[in-house]
Amino acid sequence: MNANPEMMAAGTASSRNGIVMDCQLEKVFYGDFLAVRDSQVPIEKNKITGFIGPSGCGKSTVLRSLNRMNDLIPIFRFEGKVSYHGQDIYDKKVDPVVVRRYIGMVFQQPNPFAMSIYDNVAFGLRLNGFKGNLDERVEKALHGAAIWNEVKDKLKNSGLSLSGGQQQRLCIARAIATEPDVLLMDEPCSALDPIATRRVEELMIELKEKYTIALVTHNMQQAIRVADTTAFFGVDISQGSRTGYLVEMGPTKKIFEEPEQQLTRQYVRGEFS
Amino acid sequence: MASHQFDNVDRSGSVSGPPSGGDYVLDRSFRGIAWFSAALILALVIYIVLEIGGKALPAISEYGFGFLTSTAWNVQTKEFGILPQIWGTLYSSLLALLLGGVFGIAIAIFLTQDFLPSRLAAVFRTIIELLAAIPSVVFGLWGIYVLIPLLRPVANWLHANLGGVPFFGTSLSGPGLAPAALVLAIMILPTVASISVDALRQIPYKVKEAAYGMGTTRWEAILKVMLPTASSGILAALVLGFGRALGETMALAMLIGNSNQISLSLFAPANTLAALLASSFPEAGPVEIRALMYAALALLAITLIVNAAGLAVMKFATRKFEAER
Repeated sequence: MNANPEMMAAGTASSRNGIVMDCQLEKVFYGDFLAVRDSQVPIEKNKITGFIGPSGCGKSTVLRSLNRMNDLIPIFRFEGKVSYHGQDIYDKKVDPVVVRRYIGMVFQQPNPFAMSIYDNVAFGLRLNGFKGNLDERVEKALHGAAIWNEVKDKLKNSGLSLSGGQQQRLCIARAIATEPDVLLMDEPCSALDPIATRRVEELMIELKEKYTIALVTHNMQQAIRVADTTAFFGVDISQGSRTGYLVEMGPTKKIFEEPEQQLTRQYVRGEFS
Repeated sequence: MASHQFDNVDRSGSVSGPPSGGDYVLDRSFRGIAWFSAALILALVIYIVLEIGGKALPAISEYGFGFLTSTAWNVQTKEFGILPQIWGTLYSSLLALLLGGVFGIAIAIFLTQDFLPSRLAAVFRTIIELLAAIPSVVFGLWGIYVLIPLLRPVANWLHANLGGVPFFGTSLSGPGLAPAALVLAIMILPTVASISVDALRQIPYKVKEAAYGMGTTRWEAILKVMLPTASSGILAALVLGFGRALGETMALAMLIGNSNQISLSLFAPANTLAALLASSFPEAGPVEIRALMYAALALLAITLIVNAAGLAVMKFATRKFEAER
């Protein structure tokens, strides 16, 4: 799937059990504030791993640690390791820019660039020095994001001229155009109406055939609909602060129907949020 | 105005009620003042154009379009033309725009793209805005006593060694295009830099995230995402800077040499429309004043055309990058 032979060679050894990324998070700080602790989150190949939990539980922080997006925040500090095809991405010799080229991201707010629809999708291809047939790859990505029919006659229009739901699918097309290995989605439907949400969910299920997806969602129904595995995060307020941690992780059906932890049961029943 | 007062609403114990008559009067008078102020600006522009046009009319009918293409300025023979001044105005302003634009945008990038801790960046922004507070005449004096002596050896070396290049075709004897354009560049720098800073700071954080999320390096993010996103604002900065350079008077009158010639050489003395007006008006007789009015009208036309063209380019950029509005 990926063009980099070294990464793939390393991958065959460590992803025996289909684990593409193994996040072994010990502590994450923003300045002095301990935001997340003790969370082991393995991400399986060609599956959708859903992250759920109340607000402030650190599910977004964990997701953004997986492609070092949090490095944009100067006071962010990560302790632990995220093993990606056998390599810790927080190792000093790893450039976060390279990590982000293999691990794409779709954000909460649609954020197309202020350029044409075509240029938005071609952005990653050009960035990676793609020399082949650009038109073909752009069309393929737009098909993949289920938006080709809506934009095929106006590829030169600005990406910002589209509706919110279309913009989000354009961002998905932009993210998958380079065929990254893993796709991180941070509440991708929270700014969308129910119809657009349903389209993006269908799309995620199609995309997992080719990609490995990690999805943060505040919507439990969405996790039930699309996630194969679900990780439930809780907030620990015992130390007088608010620190997120992984409470329980397992097959989605199990998490929602017969969870092991009392806290998980209360959350999935809607007793707190 | 709708006058139904919903009198049948039961209002016992409620403080909800219609605005008072006074509120409506205030509302209307505020709208009136806003309209009046807007109309006043428009009227003022039209008045200035008509007034200068009227005063220039005798010269227009006397010299016609030849005034714009002639190079003479001779009060005795009553021959007047402003081609060298038009050339000098555009040449010095373009040079200033090139220098001030490149440095201004570079400074704006430096101050907005996390190269500096935010508090230090704020200090730098203030310093740059202070640069705009230096009076034109101070820049002129600085140019005469510091910049020209500093430039002269460099200019003369360039002329001696690369004299074949048209830009270095003459030596720098004193005032000339190069010191004038350099000072002009410094003068438009705060305008270009601070408006570009605003444009770059207005880019939402999510755009920056999108760029880095695609795996861009810092330069790729700036060059391929941030600058195109801020392009309409940066173009506005350049247009305003160019407009300021076209009309700048005092420093140029002191530094450009006031010589009516057309030369590509950066070191030759030249003249601009604004400098011509400033230096000739005090001693001009009625005949020359009419010609000067024509020159003023030409300057006004150039600045209006440049600003209109700039607006058109900005509109185009907005449409291309930021969708139809």
